[in-house]
Amino acid sequence: MNRFFSLVRRDVALAFRQGSASTMVVMFFILTVTLFPLGVGPEANILQRISSGVLWVAAMLASMLSLDRLFQADFEDGSLDLLTLGSLPLEVTVLAKCLAHWLTTGLPLIIIAPLLGVLLHLETSGYVTLLISMLLGTPTLSLIGAIGAALTVGVRRGGVLLSLLVIPLYIPILIFGVGSIDAAIGGLTERPHLFVLGAMLLGSVALCPWAAAAALKLNLE
Amino acid sequence: MALLLRGPNGSGKSTLLRLAAGFLKPEQGHIAYTREDGAHETDSETFREHIHYVGHLDPVKPAFTVAENLEFWSGFEGNPDPKSGTAEALERMALSHIADVPGRYLSAGQRRRLNIARIAAAKKPVWLLDEPSVSLDDASVTLLADLIADHRSSGGMVIAATHIDLGFESSETLNLAPAQMPDYAA
Repeated sequence: MNRFFSLVRRDVALAFRQGSASTMVVMFFILTVTLFPLGVGPEANILQRISSGVLWVAAMLASMLSLDRLFQADFEDGSLDLLTLGSLPLEVTVLAKCLAHWLTTGLPLIIIAPLLGVLLHLETSGYVTLLISMLLGTPTLSLIGAIGAALTVGVRRGGVLLSLLVIPLYIPILIFGVGSIDAAIGGLTERPHLFVLGAMLLGSVALCPWAAAAALKLNLE
Repeated sequence: MALLLRGPNGSGKSTLLRLAAGFLKPEQGHIAYTREDGAHETDSETFREHIHYVGHLDPVKPAFTVAENLEFWSGFEGNPDPKSGTAEALERMALSHIADVPGRYLSAGQRRRLNIARIAAAKKPVWLLDEPSVSLDDASVTLLADLIADHRSSGGMVIAATHIDLGFESSETLNLAPAQMPDYAA
């Protein structure tokens, strides 16, 4: 357990020292969302209609930005070899790195998302659901992304390939994330959508580390 | 115990060490470790936590100081008291004076010394060293040789691929023949 948290601490500390990763992700999120009022015009009712979708799509793309570095840096300087040598199973190592990735990218996105909701005239009744759905959905993005990152770890300029692999797998999260906010705004119950998001989170906590660890082992050979 | 791997470039010294560490799966045959009770262990998952591996790359994070780099690894590799272990290991590899320097300012030799300090900071019985003396100066090679001698005298095991003399007295040598390339034309 100690090793798990020492690895999480190291990755979070590295992200803060280098500073660029979290800032870049949040800036990308803000800039993409601001493009929409400029692109579709400032009418409040149009923006209101598309706000939940825009927020989720932008958050998804932003979270994907830093995925290619998830294992790449450790692969390049030989750390990944040594991380697999320790007594920590590789699956748990992957889980620690996903947690660190979420803390440094997912969490900042959740904090900034309500502010951008104001910019897009998101209905007041949608804010709580926006936060809950992102809280459930963004960790799943990191976990599923880890599979793509592990598969492309040795690949030069693997970022694009990574996006192609990961975006199709992100679709269910997008559908239920946006669905929950729209349900809350429309006066319907948002709970079924949130339950599905929660189920996807639990499923990916159980499955994604195995898949990513298997992909990493292949790439280390 | 020590085993010295020798052989021309491309003869498979690194491959053999990576096989022994469990990074690679053997095409034929198997790698077995003999435990203290005499039983053979062929499952790489169970013995890999007893292995220190020094490869061609030095796992030094540019954003961390020398001490922080070492402290993470010594804690992760099972030293119950990373702080004091780190100070001692830095002392041994003559890195104490640059303990607060970020990794990005280190020279190749200093990075290599930090990597070697890593294996001194956490106790493990088996050391797999792949040309550990690369980019080290004469003084540092002596430090490395002392470290290996201490490890061996406390009952540790070393398998090293090296081209220079690391003071391996009474060690066995395994000479690897140049690789026989399969005839792809056939």
